[in-house]
Amino acid sequence: MASISKEYRTVTQIAGPLMFVEGVEGVTYGELADIKLQNGSLRRGRVLEINGDKAMVQVFEGTSGLSPQDVKVKFLAKGMELGVSLDMLGRVFDGSGRPIDDGPSIIPEKYLNVNGNPVNPYVRDYPNEFIQTGISTIDLLNTLVRGQKLPLFSGSGLPHSRLAAQIARQATVLKTGEKFAVVFAAIGITFEEAEFFVADFRRTGAIERSVVFINLADDPPIERIALPRMALTAAEYLAFEKGMHVLVIMTDLTNYCEALREISAARREVPGRRGYPGYLYTDLATLYERAGRIKGKTGSITQIPVLTMPEDDKTHPVPDLTGYITEGQIIINRGLNARGIYPPVDVLPSLSRLKDKGIGAGKTREDHADVMNQLYSAYARGKNAKELAVVLGESALSDADILFVKFADAFEDKFVRQGEDENRTIEESLSIGWDLLAMIPRNELKRIRDAFIEKYYPKK
Amino acid sequence: MNENRGEVVKVSGPLVIARGLTGARMFEMVRVGEANLFGEIIEIKGNDYSIQVYEETEGIGPGQPVIRTGEPLSVELGPGLIKSIYDGVQRPLDALARDFGEYIVRGAERPALDRSKKWNFIPVAKVGDRVEQGDILGTVQESALVVHKIMMPPGKSGIIKKIETVTGNVDTEVAVIEGQEGIFGITMVQRWPVRESRPVKRKVMPTEPMITGQRVIDMLFPIAKGGTACVPGPFGSGKTVVQHQLAKWADAQIVIYVGCGERGNEMTDVLMEFPHLKDPASGEPLMERTVLVANTSNMPVAAREASVFTGIAIAEYFRDMGYSVALMADSTSRWAEAMREISGRLEEMPGEEGYPAYLGSRIANFYERAGSVICLGSDDRSGAITVIGAVSPPGGDFSEPVVQATLRVVKVFWGLDDKLAFSRHFPAVNWLTSYSLYQDMVDECSDCKFDAQWSINRKRAMDILQRESELEELVRLVGIDALPHEDRLLMQAAKMIREDFLHQNAFDERDACTSLDKQFSLLKLILHYFDKVNSSYSDGATLESLTSNDVLNDIARAKLISEEALDQFEALEQKITNTICAITW
Ligand SMILES: Nc1ncnc2c1ncn2[C@@H]1O[C@H](COP(=O)(O)OP(=O)(O)OP(=O)(O)O)[C@@H](O)[C@H]1O
Ligand SMILES: [Mg+2]
Repeated sequence: MASISKEYRTVTQIAGPLMFVEGVEGVTYGELADIKLQNGSLRRGRVLEINGDKAMVQVFEGTSGLSPQDVKVKFLAKGMELGVSLDMLGRVFDGSGRPIDDGPSIIPEKYLNVNGNPVNPYVRDYPNEFIQTGISTIDLLNTLVRGQKLPLFSGSGLPHSRLAAQIARQATVLKTGEKFAVVFAAIGITFEEAEFFVADFRRTGAIERSVVFINLADDPPIERIALPRMALTAAEYLAFEKGMHVLVIMTDLTNYCEALREISAARREVPGRRGYPGYLYTDLATLYERAGRIKGKTGSITQIPVLTMPEDDKTHPVPDLTGYITEGQIIINRGLNARGIYPPVDVLPSLSRLKDKGIGAGKTREDHADVMNQLYSAYARGKNAKELAVVLGESALSDADILFVKFADAFEDKFVRQGEDENRTIEESLSIGWDLLAMIPRNELKRIRDAFIEKYYPKK
Repeated sequence: MNENRGEVVKVSGPLVIARGLTGARMFEMVRVGEANLFGEIIEIKGNDYSIQVYEETEGIGPGQPVIRTGEPLSVELGPGLIKSIYDGVQRPLDALARDFGEYIVRGAERPALDRSKKWNFIPVAKVGDRVEQGDILGTVQESALVVHKIMMPPGKSGIIKKIETVTGNVDTEVAVIEGQEGIFGITMVQRWPVRESRPVKRKVMPTEPMITGQRVIDMLFPIAKGGTACVPGPFGSGKTVVQHQLAKWADAQIVIYVGCGERGNEMTDVLMEFPHLKDPASGEPLMERTVLVANTSNMPVAAREASVFTGIAIAEYFRDMGYSVALMADSTSRWAEAMREISGRLEEMPGEEGYPAYLGSRIANFYERAGSVICLGSDDRSGAITVIGAVSPPGGDFSEPVVQATLRVVKVFWGLDDKLAFSRHFPAVNWLTSYSLYQDMVDECSDCKFDAQWSINRKRAMDILQRESELEELVRLVGIDALPHEDRLLMQAAKMIREDFLHQNAFDERDACTSLDKQFSLLKLILHYFDKVNSSYSDGATLESLTSNDVLNDIARAKLISEEALDQFEALEQKITNTICAITW
C-alpha cells in the first residue's frame, strides 16, 4: 500500500455509484479513497475491484455532480474503520460514522475495521437467557433470548417502528449489575420515522445508553451499505470489550438490499431473483451473524432487524433470505392492524426458534411451555373454525368450535392487544393466558400437564 | 524469475487473478499476497491464473506475490479427526480459537491433526506380509467408539520390513515397506486431494436400510446405507432439525456433519449437545463418532465451496476402513450459491438463475461419492457412505435449479412443506409428494428380517393417507357430515396416523428416537383400532361412540411409551378390542 500520498486525477469513467480510476499503483481491494471535488468538498469511496492499474471505486455519497476532470482521488491504504469509544453512548452519527448531533467530536479509544471478522463457531455460546420485552405475544409465545437475531417482518404503513421502539424501551430495563446498550441503525428511513425513535429514546432517557446511526431516505443510498456495519462494529465493541448486553435495532433492511442491488446493477453482475445480486444471502449473513454470545464474555448482541416486505410478500428475496439466516421471525399483520389491534403481531406464522432454550422453571415459569402450546393450538383452532364458517356458514360449526371462535376473538383483544406503554411482566402475560384458557373446558386443555392445571387454572 | 512465484494482477472479492505461475496446475493451492492467504487455482487462461481465495481479500492488490505450493487442496487423514471441528478447508477451529482468539483472523493456520496428541498403534499385519493398497496395517483406538484403521495408502504396496507397536503422534512411523520403487515408511497420516474421490474396489447396490429412529423416514420413506437423500424446504420448515436428528440417531458408525453456509449457533448446538447425548447402541457420547465441518454463512464463500468436498473426503477415508458413514450437508444450496458467486466473478456464461452451466454435473459428482462399496484391501471389507443434503430453495419453490439438479441424482426425497410446519406438524415431511426409491429393497429386507406384516402395514398407512387427501377436497366443499360413515372412520384413522404416528417431537427425549420395534407396534396399534371400529360399525355401533372414546387418548400417548416397556402395546391392543366390543354390545 504505497499509494498513501499520491493524488490521482485520472478518473476515466463514472457510472451510477461507481467511478473508475486509471494508472493507479499499489492500490488494494477494499481500500478507502478520499475523493476531492473542485469546490473543496470531500467524498468517500471504497475499492470494489482492482485490475492492474485500474481501480473500480464505489462512492458512498453518490456520484452526482462529479466530473472526471475535476476530481482528485487519494487512496488511504486502509479499509473502512470506525473509531470507537464509550463516549459514543448518547450520540448520533451519520452513515460514515461522523457525529451529526451538536456534541463534541469523539476521541476514539481505537479504530476497528467495520467489516469485522467472522466469529469462530467454536467459541460461540448458545443463546438461552430470557429477555423480557414486556410484550405478551413475544415473551410468552415467541420468546426472545440474549444473542438471538429475531427480525420483524412488516409492510409499509404498519406500526413496526412503534413496536421496535417499545421493545428497545422495555427490554433494557436495568437489573442490578448488568449493563445495557441500544444500538440503533436507521437505514434509508424517513426523517419522521428516525425522529420518532430518537425522540422516544430522549423521552425515556434511553438515549444515554444508545448509539444512533442515521441515514435518511434522502441521504446517499450507497452509505446504507456501510451503515449497518458501523452500527454492528460499535455493538461488538460495547458487547465483547465492554461487557454490555447490546440490543441492535436495524431498520429498514429492505433499503439496505436495494442499495446493494444498485451497486450490483452498476457492475453489470448477473442478477438473481428480482434483480438482487446472487450473493445477497451471504451479504446479509455477514450482518445478521454478528449477533450472538461468546464463551467467557459477559456481553451479548441481540438483533432486531426490521424489514418491510414489498406487497406483504414473504417470498420476496429480502424477507426470504432473512428468514433463512435469522432465528425466527415476528410477523406484523395488516388485518389485525386494520382492526385497531396494537401490536398487530400475527402469532401463528411468527416463530422464535430459540424460545425453548429460554423458558421454563428457573428462567420464566414452569408452566410456560405448556401454556404457550395450548394458547397457540387453541388460537389456531379458533381461526380455523372461523375460516370454515366463512365457507360453510356458521351453522356448520360444532358447539366446541363456536367456543374456540370466541376464544380466538378474546385472545386477540386481551392478549395480543396491549398499550404502547404497557410493560407486562411474564407473570402478567401468563396470567392473561390462563384467564383466556379458562374459557375452554378443562378436558380440552390437552397440552397442559394436570399438575399445572391444578396449580394455575383460575379459581372462579 | 522464480517459477514458484507469481504476481497478483486483479482482485474482485474472493477472486484473484495472478500472472507468472507458469507450470501451475488446475486446483493447485497457492498463497496469496502479503497476508499469505490460502487460495486455489480454478481457471487457467493463457497467462492468467484465476484463484479462489479462502479468506477475506481486503488489502490484497496488484503486484503482491502469489506463491505455489505444488499441491492440490488436500485433507489430512489420520487419528484425531473424530471429535474435531474444522472450517471448510480443514483448519481446526478449536486450535484457531485457542491460539488466535474468538475471531477467525486471516492467515491463521494450524495443522488439521494435533501433533501433540499421542496415539497407540497396534499392528495387525506382521513383518514379511505382502500388503496391497488399502490393506490394514494396524489399529489405533481413536475414541470410545472408533477403532481407526491405519491402511496402506492408495497406490502403495510391498512387503512389510518392519512393523511394531508404537506410541506417538500421527507423524510417527509405524511400518517400513519394501515396494517396487524402493523402501518407504508409513506413518499414521495420509493426505488426499479433496476434489478427487478415493478409489474403491467396486461399487455395489445398497442392500440394507439405515435406521434413523424417525418414524416418517423409517416407515414411509426409508434410506439405505450407502444411499442418497435430499431434504428441501423453505426456511423454518425443519431441514436442520431433520439433519441433526439423523446425525444423532442414525445407525451409522461415523457421522460427518457439514454446516455449509448456515448459522454459527447451530454448530454450537451440536458442539454443546453431542458430548452429552448417548448413542443408543453403545451408550457412549455421540461426539465419539462425529466429525464437524463448519463453514458458517459469514465465513468466506470460497471455503464454503470447498467444505462439502472436505467433508466427503473425510467420509471416504472412514468408509475405506470398512465403516458405514453418514454425511449430512446443511445446506447444499449455500454451496451452490458459492459456486455461483465464483462463477460470476470469473465472468462465465451463466445458466439458469445465474448458476454456472456445470451446476448439475457438480451436484451429481458430489452425490456419486456416496454409495455402498467393496473397499480396497485384500480382505474385501465393505463400507458405505450415506449422503443427506438439505436444500434451501428461494421462496420455498422446488422448481428452482438446485432442487431440480439434486432430484435428478438422489434416490430419496423428503419434501418439507411450509403448511405442515406452519401448523407445527413436525417433521414436516409431506407424505404425498415425498418418495424413496429404496422402498422395495427395504420392504423385502424388513419383511424377512423383522416382521412379515411390515410392508403390508406400511402400504395400508400410505393408502389411508392418500385417500384422506382426496376426501379432504370433498370435505372442504360439502362439510364432513356429508361423508359416508366408512369415509369418516378413514378420516379419523388418517388423523391418527398423522398426529399419533408421523408427528415426532425432536425436543422430547421420549419421542426423539423410536426403535423399529416401537414404530411397528405403534402403527399396528392404530391400524388395529381402525379395523375394530370398521367391523363394529357394521355390527351397529354408532359413529359418535367410535370417534370419541377413551382409547383414543391412550393411542395418542402411546408414542411416549418407553422402549423398555414395549409389552404395553399388547395390553393396549387388548384394551382397544375390549372397549370397541363393549361399544358394540
Ligand atoms: N421434529 C421437530 N420437532 C419439534 N420442532 C421442530 C421439529 N422440526 C422443526 N421444528 C421447529 O421448527 C424450527 C425450524 O426448524 P429448522 O431450524 O430445522 O428449519 P430449517 O428448515 O433448517 O430452516 P432454515 O432454512 O432457516 O435453516 C425449529 O426451531 C423448531 O422450533
Ligand atoms: Mg436450517
